[in-house]
Amino acid sequence: MAKVDIDTTAPKPSSNDLHWLLGSLTLVMAMHVSHLALWVSLLIAGFGGWRYLVDKKAWGLPKLVILIPITIAATIGIAVTYHGLFGRDASVALLALMLALKLMETYTRRDYIVVIFIAYFLTINTFLFSQTLPVGAFMLLPILALTSTLIGVHHYSHAYGWRFKTKLAGSIIAQALPIMIVFFILFPRMPGPLWSVPRDANSGMSGLSDSMEPGSINKLSLSGATAFRVEFQENPPAQKQLYWRGPVLSYYDGRTWRINRQTYIPETLETTGNPTNYTVTLEPHNRNWILMLDLPSSTPPDTQLSSDRQVLSKDPIRTRIRYSGSSYTSYKLADQLEDRQRKLLLQLPPKQNPKSRELAASWLESQDSPEKIVQNALSMFRNQPFIYTLSPPILGDNPVDDFIFNTKRGFCEHYASSFVFLMRAAGVPARVVTGYQGGELNPVNNYLIVRQSDAHAWAEVWLKDRGWVRVDPTAAVAPERIERNIAESVDDSEALSLMSRRDYPLLRKLYLNWDAANNGWNQWVLGYNQERQMQLLRYLTGDKLSWDDLVIALLVMAGIVLSVLCYFLLRGKRLKRDPIQNIYNDFLRKLAKSGLQRYDHEGPVDFSIRACRRLPQKSVQIEEITQAYTNLRYAKNFASIAAFKQLVNAF
Amino acid sequence: MAIKLIDWKKWLRVARPSKSPAVLTARHIYIIPTRYGLFFAVILIAMLTGSINYSLSLGFVLTFLLAGMGVVAMLHTWRNLAHLVITSRRIDPVFAGEDAIFEIMVKEDKQRPRYSIGAHFNEIIPTYADIGASSETSLKLALPAKKRGWLNPGRITFFTEFPLGLFHAWSYVELDCRCLVYPHPASQSVPIPSTPDQGAAGSLDARTGDDDFAGHRQYQLGDSPKRVDWKASSREQGILTKLFQGEAQSILWLDWESLPGIDSEQRIQQLTRWIIDAHADRQPYGLRIPKHEFPPNTGEDHYAACLQALALLEIV
Repeated sequence: MAKVDIDTTAPKPSSNDLHWLLGSLTLVMAMHVSHLALWVSLLIAGFGGWRYLVDKKAWGLPKLVILIPITIAATIGIAVTYHGLFGRDASVALLALMLALKLMETYTRRDYIVVIFIAYFLTINTFLFSQTLPVGAFMLLPILALTSTLIGVHHYSHAYGWRFKTKLAGSIIAQALPIMIVFFILFPRMPGPLWSVPRDANSGMSGLSDSMEPGSINKLSLSGATAFRVEFQENPPAQKQLYWRGPVLSYYDGRTWRINRQTYIPETLETTGNPTNYTVTLEPHNRNWILMLDLPSSTPPDTQLSSDRQVLSKDPIRTRIRYSGSSYTSYKLADQLEDRQRKLLLQLPPKQNPKSRELAASWLESQDSPEKIVQNALSMFRNQPFIYTLSPPILGDNPVDDFIFNTKRGFCEHYASSFVFLMRAAGVPARVVTGYQGGELNPVNNYLIVRQSDAHAWAEVWLKDRGWVRVDPTAAVAPERIERNIAESVDDSEALSLMSRRDYPLLRKLYLNWDAANNGWNQWVLGYNQERQMQLLRYLTGDKLSWDDLVIALLVMAGIVLSVLCYFLLRGKRLKRDPIQNIYNDFLRKLAKSGLQRYDHEGPVDFSIRACRRLPQKSVQIEEITQAYTNLRYAKNFASIAAFKQLVNAF
Repeated sequence: MAIKLIDWKKWLRVARPSKSPAVLTARHIYIIPTRYGLFFAVILIAMLTGSINYSLSLGFVLTFLLAGMGVVAMLHTWRNLAHLVITSRRIDPVFAGEDAIFEIMVKEDKQRPRYSIGAHFNEIIPTYADIGASSETSLKLALPAKKRGWLNPGRITFFTEFPLGLFHAWSYVELDCRCLVYPHPASQSVPIPSTPDQGAAGSLDARTGDDDFAGHRQYQLGDSPKRVDWKASSREQGILTKLFQGEAQSILWLDWESLPGIDSEQRIQQLTRWIIDAHADRQPYGLRIPKHEFPPNTGEDHYAACLQALALLEIV
């Protein structure tokens, strides 16, 4: 048997199904538009429109002779646009385009199903690009639409409207939610990728770089993107102490500051006071920096400490990570300097910036102590008309001279850079430290948001007996930058991203709530990894769970959820019987004892006639009861239920 | 989609009407993934692998959501078919060569509408219907009637893949129904015998003569309403038909023996043709075949009885 092929005998999907399919695909493609090349998006829209017209105008579907060249041309186009076919961007673009092409030969129910399933798959590809809360919420729309389309295609007459389809699809999604949640929480998470991730999967992340030249931090400052978020265990330190240590730059080539790649004896650290404990959730930035509060006393797992006390991860940070840290705000770093190291820290390219060298030499000649030299430089910044601005003029071949004696307008990197230059020229070991300064405390959930616009550069000078001392020349020029934030310190804050500014209080409040929601999303949905999973389960069960326990827990919970679903879905609705029916059923049961069954097709009157014939001695009673029953049923006011009940009881 | 293995389905449980209606209880419903269900599973595995590899939390969310929807869809498909009550209507006889139409009543009594319920006899294109909550719908299933006699449709397969088509749920029902298949009528090659059969003429006396009232008989289906004695009927004697003398002016005797020298099946077909023609002309006819004799008469009952006898005639 089974020669019946339900598939080939199934009715062809209707125009309505086609409109649903096109609509659902539009929603799926909407999630991809932002990262598809314009021509790919347009071509996809073109195919959709073409397919729509084919149906509307009853044109024929294009032949393979037409489709194959288009397919080849489109593939070549993608290979050229994306420089290959195997990266993330190229393969997603190719998949999207092929799906749109498939529409041109979508006619039978089977074609529809294949398109819908591939569209589900295309939807998940969105998350390679973005996993924010809005994207996650929006995802439900294409899923709902695709599922509705699938329902429509599977109804034999395609007769039901959108309300029916979306309601059913919605209820299927809603019923699937508990299963999803159980699996999401309990499905064992594995660390690390199974195979190597294409390189372009990590493009477009911003953050501090391993070098600094004029303009590099400035550029970062224009971004309102979150760099990381911090929860403090106790009260957060004062704003002006919130220096988040990033790359330490010791090597200068006359224009660019770079990380020193040589290793030295790790600098010694003596701390005083209490440590500040906190947890950082760091956004991916595709570099190795682990941002920590100046100065970290311990390092998170899987990281190492460079000799100049920056914390580095083994691999670039490509997913959001969470780590706890402990830092001291008062410390003494590097009791002694190695000669080799001292040499590096005084290194300057020869013959550049003669005026600045002259200035530094004058400080040195007047036998000033290093502390005095630092003060000299800072008071120069403070007393001369230096301006802190987001739009500094371009500097010439002697950038430090140009800046100090000529333009006097700069951003933090200009101040840090020229300050360290002056110190080195005056014989004081110094280096540039980049990182972030400040942050905004979100009162909604009491955590600190540190944005890319908080990126900052400052200086460290090494003083005998005091070790490394942090000096922030920007603070000398624009103290409000350090005490409050960037928006209040630059004269042209309009250039900043909206979220770094302080105008529009209502908007800010909304924003802070929104950021709190995002933070929760990041922490509990996106950041739910193996570590978090174990942490949560340890918290719930009070016990450390093994992998096996997790699998058992998953199976048990899935079983429970399924049983509940089965119960609610598969039980038949109980028929609500009214009291009259109940009494009459008692009567029927009594008759059944004497071997008299009412047939399903038999009405009460017919049955009573038959019953009277079988039980003539009880015929009066039977007729009376039947009379009462039919009166109650059809004449309502004729008899009382109580009397009816008495009759049946007496029977 | 049902996997195309031939034999294993023989051993599956079939719902038979132990009392009157056959109920598709839980024990009678089978469910397996369709080939789209398997394709869906493959896509889910791909999604899961991708989510693990790229540590996509939302990827996990979507994968598990779709997997959950698959499981929920299985329950929906199952309950879409479960607890339907199947009965059959009276089935009208057909001539061999036509399609026998089996009218199957599908009743819903779980207060849940059912969608896209399909039914088919083996190898036949399915018929679909929706069944409203607590209501009854008829499904007309056609089966080609090839041979005269009783046509037993065998088991009916009820199935559904609604809502998502990921699962195929089905159930077998063997109903207590069969269709009478009349013989295929011959094309009019032999003319109707025009002379009444002499040997039987004597027995027809009571029916020849003038249009005089000759008595009553019980009403039979097919009797003309003009002949019903309404006055007599109103006296609560049941419905009576008036008989008149001389009604059957020319009487046909359709006789097996009048067609010598041809094959039995062809004789049956020829007799069938004559009966159809005589019935169409409202001409009384009698039928004489081995072991049966139907005295001349008219009316639907007579017609049906003659054709049934021919349909069931066993040729030795």
